[in-house]
Amino acid sequence: MFSSIAHYLHYKSLPLHSFPPPLYKYWKQIPHPFLDMGSVAGEFVRHVLPEKVGVSDHSAAGSEELHVLAVDDSHVDRKVIERLLKISSCKVTAVESGTRALQFLGLDGEENSVGFDGLKVNLIMTDYSMPGMTGYELLKKIKESKAFRKIPVVIMSSENILTRIDRCLEEGAEEFIVKPVKLSDVRRLRDFIMRGEGEENRKKGNHKRKLQDDYSISPPLSPAASLDCEISSLLLPSSSSSSPECPSKRPRLWVED
Amino acid sequence: MDGVVQLQRQLLDYTALLFQEGFLNDQFTQLQQLQDETNPDFVVEVVSLFFEDSERLLNELANTLDQQSIDFRKVDSHVHQLKGSSSSIGAQRVQNVCIAFRNFCDAQNTEGCLKCLQQVKNEYSLVKNKLETLFKLEQQILAAGGSIPM
Repeated sequence: MFSSIAHYLHYKSLPLHSFPPPLYKYWKQIPHPFLDMGSVAGEFVRHVLPEKVGVSDHSAAGSEELHVLAVDDSHVDRKVIERLLKISSCKVTAVESGTRALQFLGLDGEENSVGFDGLKVNLIMTDYSMPGMTGYELLKKIKESKAFRKIPVVIMSSENILTRIDRCLEEGAEEFIVKPVKLSDVRRLRDFIMRGEGEENRKKGNHKRKLQDDYSISPPLSPAASLDCEISSLLLPSSSSSSPECPSKRPRLWVED
Repeated sequence: MDGVVQLQRQLLDYTALLFQEGFLNDQFTQLQQLQDETNPDFVVEVVSLFFEDSERLLNELANTLDQQSIDFRKVDSHVHQLKGSSSSIGAQRVQNVCIAFRNFCDAQNTEGCLKCLQQVKNEYSLVKNKLETLFKLEQQILAAGGSIPM
């Protein structure tokens, strides 16, 4: 107990283990500008990053964290992307190959599933050049799958090759990021995804994400609402027949700063 | 407390020098910014992975270039990986040699490749040394009760 106080006074946060898991889980749901895995909610919360890294406002997204599936054969890059995502308050599953990614998504020939522990994947970030299945091939498989084609896929590559970039975007990649990936890249992606999810929540008139089966509202089909359409399809049950036909080519929606 | 201040100054100067001499670039700073109390060893951990990866790749490169008939695609693949991981931690000079190395692979130039292998081994050795010195300085500061300046 006292070591926790000392910890708090020094770090202005409390160590994770001071709190029983159920309490921590509850606190994770309280919206806050920046909630780090190692700190707790309430008046003791403060972000633990140095000031220069900056804080972003999560209020639009409500209570849920994004779950990102990261695919990269490089051990170093997996570690870095995992940290970038965690520091940006995302849940991360990092795998080393396209094959593993498909296994995780349940696309390796077995029945469609939402992955480990029912966690929905909000974004897939994959390296381009990988042995076996390339990021491009993985992208194609995902876009061919009814259940997962609406999940935004971002390609990362150390090579800035125009034809490669074009190919990926044409196949439906959300964005092509040149490595090394920076914190600003991850932040921008997260804000983009969360804006979409936040808009969806506001439209439905509540701030809590329900389970997939609870969705029954069909979004409007006007061209202006094509983004809403795409995002809402993410949330509809995969086998829903009321799912509207969304345009396959999505415009890039954020402005580079 | 004087000792800590001196060590901190030493660390800052040493780090600045590494940047000036091109051993490290801004990507390394990015990694340092990802480190905090909840992940106090992040940079050391990533760099350790880089050391492991690099040593493995350098061995494979030596083997592949030692063959009677060199498989340049294989060489290129190894160099590409080395270029990637050095870029991810900001090891600029290693990364630069890898770029030249890949050009020689494309040209299927054995002599060029062998020269680059030697060069990349040297640069790797240098940056490894320097990073280990940097980490030792950090350890000394922490052991003396100080905190790592940014």
